[in-house]
Amino acid sequence: MSIITARAVKKTYVAGDVEVEAIRGVDFDIPAGSFAAFVGPSGSGKSTLLNMIGCLDRPTGGTLEVAGTDVGGFTPKQAAAFRATTIGFIFQDFNLLPVLTVYENIEYPLVMVQKRPADERRKRIAALLEDIGMADQAGKLPSQLSGGQKQRVAVARALVGSPQVVLADEPTANLDTATAHRIIDLMRRMRDEFGTTFIFSTHDPKVMAEAETTFELEDGRLTRTTQEASHV
Amino acid sequence: MFSVLKIATRNLMRYRRRTLLTALLITVGVMAVLLFVSVSGSFKAMMVGQITDSMLGHVQVHRKGYVASIDSLPLNLNLKPGAVAKVEKALKDIPGVAASSPRVKFGAMFSNFTETTNIRLNAVTPDREAATVPLLPKRISEGTVEEGLVAKGKILIPALLAKGMKVGIGDTVVLVATNRDGSVNGRTFVVQGVLDAISGPGGRDGTIHIDDARTLLRMSEGEISEIAVRVSDVGAVNRVTAALETALGGETNQQGKPVFEVHGWEKLSPFASIARMIDLLTLFVQVILVAIVLVSVMNVMMMAVFERIREIGTIAAIGTPPGTILALFLTEGVLLGIVGAVIGTAASLIAIAGINAAQLTFQFGQQDNLPLHAATNPGSIALISAIVIGVAVFGSLQPAWRASRMDPNTALRHV
Ligand SMILES: Nc1ncnc2c1ncn2[C@@H]1O[C@H](COP(=O)(O)OP(=O)(O)OP(=O)(O)O)[C@@H](O)[C@H]1O
Ligand SMILES: [Mg+2]
Repeated sequence: MSIITARAVKKTYVAGDVEVEAIRGVDFDIPAGSFAAFVGPSGSGKSTLLNMIGCLDRPTGGTLEVAGTDVGGFTPKQAAAFRATTIGFIFQDFNLLPVLTVYENIEYPLVMVQKRPADERRKRIAALLEDIGMADQAGKLPSQLSGGQKQRVAVARALVGSPQVVLADEPTANLDTATAHRIIDLMRRMRDEFGTTFIFSTHDPKVMAEAETTFELEDGRLTRTTQEASHV
Repeated sequence: MFSVLKIATRNLMRYRRRTLLTALLITVGVMAVLLFVSVSGSFKAMMVGQITDSMLGHVQVHRKGYVASIDSLPLNLNLKPGAVAKVEKALKDIPGVAASSPRVKFGAMFSNFTETTNIRLNAVTPDREAATVPLLPKRISEGTVEEGLVAKGKILIPALLAKGMKVGIGDTVVLVATNRDGSVNGRTFVVQGVLDAISGPGGRDGTIHIDDARTLLRMSEGEISEIAVRVSDVGAVNRVTAALETALGGETNQQGKPVFEVHGWEKLSPFASIARMIDLLTLFVQVILVAIVLVSVMNVMMMAVFERIREIGTIAAIGTPPGTILALFLTEGVLLGIVGAVIGTAASLIAIAGINAAQLTFQFGQQDNLPLHAATNPGSIALISAIVIGVAVFGSLQPAWRASRMDPNTALRHV
């Protein structure tokens, strides 16, 4: 069962009278529970593709299905509601809310978006804090954390609402190599634990090697798909 | 537990100095308005009280045309007993009328047997006059109050006249008056007291008993020049005036012209324009407050939205509904308004207590040492707070709306 299905997906940006074809018609399937990466040089369209899967942007051609729903025709409101329940985000710059503690940042989607009851929130957050190894830092503000710690909190925030898909656009670009590997490891452990589909982008070959499925993009086109032997 | 309120509060605390400065600006604005309203309000109430309670009354009823020629105190424009009865009946039926006093007003010659001068006289029924203008007996600076105000055969004379004519308490004086038919008559009076002068119409009139006036003027029937009315609540003056006009408006003479005219104190006293000026200034000060709050809150919230575009992008991407984002920024702006309003009100109450404790006095017309008593009523505090908070809502609405409509993708890419 593929959780993402792309058929002839296109994205053309129009800025004034200049048209940029960011994605020039791509086809791919990503099975549920994948640990997949889009790789490619700068400007190849990785972010554009992830944004479309994450319903932050709309394709200008083709069809794109996420978790069984055609997301191509979403209004902004529909897209927000879909993201709230189905998609988790991890950002390159961590994007934690600076006025909230570690605990509150993880709690945010459950309170402000999904409006879950308090005892359910408590249990879920406690478990995630253990998973990311930050149980003793729950009361700290983001400004008191290292980059790697921030990204771990961001991973927990992306997972807390039990989304089917977590998207991470260059999650390791602002981290040193060792920390980057620990984050990718954490993401894979979470995939193993919850079965959540993880899709990330990177242009770092070492990080790329950690993915089980790799989609190589160049100039808006898919040039190669690599499947790790154990996952064929 | 956290909520919109908590995030908004933390975001305000995040830019502590900016929040403090803005709240301070609103505080100063609220203080300025509340202090102005309370001081000017009590000054106005005092001024109106001085005018209405020491001579004028709140409302006056005359025969049509009397007020236009009031300077000559015409006796041929008096109200006949039948008309007076109609007014008395109408007054009985109107709620909020506390007292009324029929008066005969006329001009006379005043003589101390060596010198003669002119005097304007107000002839009254003592207890009714004292009930209608309760500050009048207090204006007797020398001498005593007799029979509620003035006894028959006695006269209260204005201070300037007493000084100019060198007349004292217990002295005998002569009043000579010409009546409506042109016949001249004189009578002696004993000086019972000296009246302090006040500013405004009737402020330098002498006072005698109405029966003495009728004898002096050889009036065969109980005619009067005016009826002064006191209402129980100053705020009801316009209502009572209107009710009187309705009740008496139907009365017409043989030519079909109305018999009566009714005037509220504002139409009779030149000081009404000062009272109106105070109202206008109050409005003006409130408009300035609105401008201060609007500009400061809007400015701060526009900056807040601009600085937090990426944060807005993040929470929008996560799926925060636009309504929640709107609420976050609206709450922030409103909190700013509430803080300013609360601190401003508290500071004003302290300042007002200080003003009252200092026992400042001021001068109004001939009266000196009137206490400046600043009073704040809960109504004006509620109004000012409502204005501030309402304007804070209005000022944050546009920035909050902009934040809630942001496209998350564009916002996230903002550098
Ligand atoms: N909002 C936009 N408006 C116009 N052009 C855009 C927009 N977003 C992306 N593009 C263009 O689309 C192309 C693909 O951009 P994209 O950001 O997807 O590349 P990327 O692979 O993520 O690159 P990087 O590794 O630098 O992040 C680029 O040529 C870029 O200039
Ligand atoms: Mg990119």
